[in-house]
Amino acid sequence: MNTTSLEFAVVGLGILLLLAEAFIDRTNKDYLAYLGAAGLAIILVLSFLPLQGPATGSPDSAFLTSDILSVFFTRFLLVSTIVVLLMTPGYKPVLARYLPAEKEGAGVGEFTILPLFVCAGLMWMVSAIDFIMIFVALELATITLYVLSTYLRQNMASLEAGTKFLILGALSTGFFVYGITWIFGVTGTTNIVSLPQSISLLPESSTLPLLFGVALILVALSFKIGAFPFQFWVPDVYQGAPTPVTAYLSVASKAAGFVVLLRLLVALETVPVLAHKLYAVVTLLAGVTLIFGNLAAIPQTNMKRLLGYSSVAHAGYLLMGVASLGSLMAIPAIGLYFAAYLVMTLLSFVVLMVVAEATGGEEISRFNGLSQRSPLLAGAMLLAMASLAGIPFTAGFVGKFLIFEVALKQGHFGLVAIGCITVAAGFYYYFKVARAMYWQQATEETPIPVSMTIKLLIALLGAGILALGIYPGPVLAALR
Amino acid sequence: MSPLLLLILLPLAASLLIMIGANPRRTAIVAALLNLVLSVLLFARYDLHAGGWQFLSEWHVLPNLGINLSLGADGLSMTMLLLSTLVTLSALWVAPKIEKREGLYYVCLLFISAGVIGAFSTLDVLFLYSFHELALIPTFILIGVWGSGDRQAAAWKATIYLGGASFVLLIGIISLYLSLPSGMRTFDLRQLDHLALSGTFHPASWIYLLLLVGFGTLVSLFPFHSWAPPAYACAPTPAAMLHSGVLKKFGLYGLIRICLPLFPEAIQQFNALLVLMLIGNILYIGYVTVAQKRLDWTIGYSSVMHMGYIFLGLASLTVMGINGAALLMFAHGLSVAAAFALCGEIRRRTGTLDYSELGGLGKVTPVLGLLFGFAAMASVGLPGFANFAGEILVFFGATVSSIYGPLMVVAIIIGVWGVVVSAIYMLRAYRHIFWGPIAQRWESLTDIAPTAKWSVILLLVPLMIAGFYPQIILNMVGTILPR
Repeated sequence: MNTTSLEFAVVGLGILLLLAEAFIDRTNKDYLAYLGAAGLAIILVLSFLPLQGPATGSPDSAFLTSDILSVFFTRFLLVSTIVVLLMTPGYKPVLARYLPAEKEGAGVGEFTILPLFVCAGLMWMVSAIDFIMIFVALELATITLYVLSTYLRQNMASLEAGTKFLILGALSTGFFVYGITWIFGVTGTTNIVSLPQSISLLPESSTLPLLFGVALILVALSFKIGAFPFQFWVPDVYQGAPTPVTAYLSVASKAAGFVVLLRLLVALETVPVLAHKLYAVVTLLAGVTLIFGNLAAIPQTNMKRLLGYSSVAHAGYLLMGVASLGSLMAIPAIGLYFAAYLVMTLLSFVVLMVVAEATGGEEISRFNGLSQRSPLLAGAMLLAMASLAGIPFTAGFVGKFLIFEVALKQGHFGLVAIGCITVAAGFYYYFKVARAMYWQQATEETPIPVSMTIKLLIALLGAGILALGIYPGPVLAALR
Repeated sequence: MSPLLLLILLPLAASLLIMIGANPRRTAIVAALLNLVLSVLLFARYDLHAGGWQFLSEWHVLPNLGINLSLGADGLSMTMLLLSTLVTLSALWVAPKIEKREGLYYVCLLFISAGVIGAFSTLDVLFLYSFHELALIPTFILIGVWGSGDRQAAAWKATIYLGGASFVLLIGIISLYLSLPSGMRTFDLRQLDHLALSGTFHPASWIYLLLLVGFGTLVSLFPFHSWAPPAYACAPTPAAMLHSGVLKKFGLYGLIRICLPLFPEAIQQFNALLVLMLIGNILYIGYVTVAQKRLDWTIGYSSVMHMGYIFLGLASLTVMGINGAALLMFAHGLSVAAAFALCGEIRRRTGTLDYSELGGLGKVTPVLGLLFGFAAMASVGLPGFANFAGEILVFFGATVSSIYGPLMVVAIIIGVWGVVVSAIYMLRAYRHIFWGPIAQRWESLTDIAPTAKWSVILLLVPLMIAGFYPQIILNMVGTILPR
């Protein structure tokens, strides 16, 4: 068996489930989510076996790699897809409300199965070392995501979100392809790994067109990761898309974008002319993204928008790590930050989904008095918010600590100073949720029912936050 | 199991039990009582002749980054642990009945307690920082839910100030760590001290400034103090007791623990700045305190003011002054907690703390008046209380200080004048509340509740023991410095 079989296994699982959905005549589609999650869990376990990467010289090896980055993020994507799949049974009532129902349970199956194809696409993307491969993988993931984000056909917000995402996503894909053509035109290769070698043979005069191509790719990636000034789609799409899809967008697709960015920068680091300029741009991006994301999050009243801006803010901290790639610890720091980001963001989306369903809205005020209606949900949300804000003994703190450490080590004092201010801003907007849950009175007192699946998810993700916060050693070891 | 780990885990275990449905008050008090007994035993068993770090234990967290959860206590941490467990028990005990959400209330208090105990018993700078942060969310919830007055604004202000300051502190700590040569990087205080003593480690002086601002904000050093008085005035009584009594001492503890040994030159360099700021604490805040019209604000500001004396002891850079500062940390922690406990008791029975509405309460509540008198006199620094011994040592230390310059003379004179100022506001508060004609509506008041009475006595007795025989504490804190 080979590492590249993992992606095929995910695709196969998806096709199997589609067939099962078509032939098994049951109106309750929950079994699809559980089967899908179980299948992905098996694939996750398989990924820990001593697998061979693509053999050198084989056709695969020109397109795919299995380095630390790809192995780590493959598992990362599998875990986040499992969580999202387990969220979907809880989202059924919303689907039933906004899908034209010829038959009970129509459309739920596809909603549950499509994330598997996104997962496969993103897995290819994090293992790809060729622009063409990245492009194809990216398209598989984003086209599926367009479908998913606009899934609530009769909900205007979802349609609007899907349309916005489609147009802006297509635009950014255009940038990406255009960038690839420039780079190919100058260097004659689309392979990221052999890029430095090709560049070293080029005359001085071709630096400018090359830079243009790289800049276009940087623009496209900034769209994907939601970095300022290409973040404007984030809050709208996050707000309108179905909650499990929003969670998936903010965690998995952002991570894949970052991996491509990292691969590009690591490859171009050996080219001093480019590296210098690229780092300057990334540093600038990190600074403005931090400031914009955090300041714009302050006045938000809608929880999904708040999490949207918060994801922009976290892209800023991650870019701070990317700008410090010169340090050996930078990639472990970014990886750990992503692991932390996964558990805390998904936990907050899980709670948000349950609360929104029980209270009928996604505003922060819907969380009023949650600590009395459901101490479990309130406690879980408080833990997620504490971690997002960066309070010690949670995953978020360890992530921030490592990022600030590498940034200081690389002498990014300006970024660190900005980071200090934005962290204080973060305390304000994350604690706003804590205020709603603990200070305010609930409008009604009835307890909120929580299903067993959701309880399990909360327990797992909460344990993940604390485990990463107290003992991050194993995750860091996997990244070295 | 390490006794210090047990000390940290007991409150956490108790809060876990409360979360799954144990009787909140009983569970919390049993845990606090066990902790107090344990810390008294440890205090007594600390080997003064051997000195140094004792009760050591260590767990690896990220060994290749030099991060380990290492626990241990020396004389200063032992003293602070005793203070923490004393104030915790008193704070949990003081209010007999919580009207709403009793479980959450005790869970929050226990988390604060676990955090401070952890901070005072770890040898790892990063864990020292982390444990302190454990108090941030519980404080936010406590002030917001059970507070009084303009509680929301106060809670926000305190949270943003403390959260922001602690990130400045974190940057300082990381910079300190990175200024070690790579391969020797560690957060372990013992190794840091060793490297500094052997002369191989000279961190830059700007790092000291970061730490001073970070720790200083937590201690409410002028001009970073403005979060403290409203937070204390609006917080529920036990939160104010724990925060002003124990949590605030964390900043001072950090300065003594980290800055004194590692930045001998930077401290000298910036000493004038520190003296100027502490003069702000004593003189400016002293006068602001006199102007207050409510008891909670008076005590809140007075606790900011008294930090000036502790800083004066530190700034003297003499053994005597620093010992005095450490004694004063212990004494102030107990006396301010007692003052807040009584303040809460007055608010609970009258519903107001406004001087213009109170008066003559001494006639109907003699015991409350007597105890308040004790607490007020302790805070002023009357002989017989540990505060007096501490302040005297601080003044003597400042006088014999080798950096005795015109600024230090001014600081000492202002410090002595500050004692008069604190006598003015405390006696004024006492007169306004307990003396004078009694308003008719207060005539039916009953005297202090037994729980509050005993929890205040629990604080005042050690305060007087340490006042008559300060050697108990001084022998302990003396072990951290060369004699």
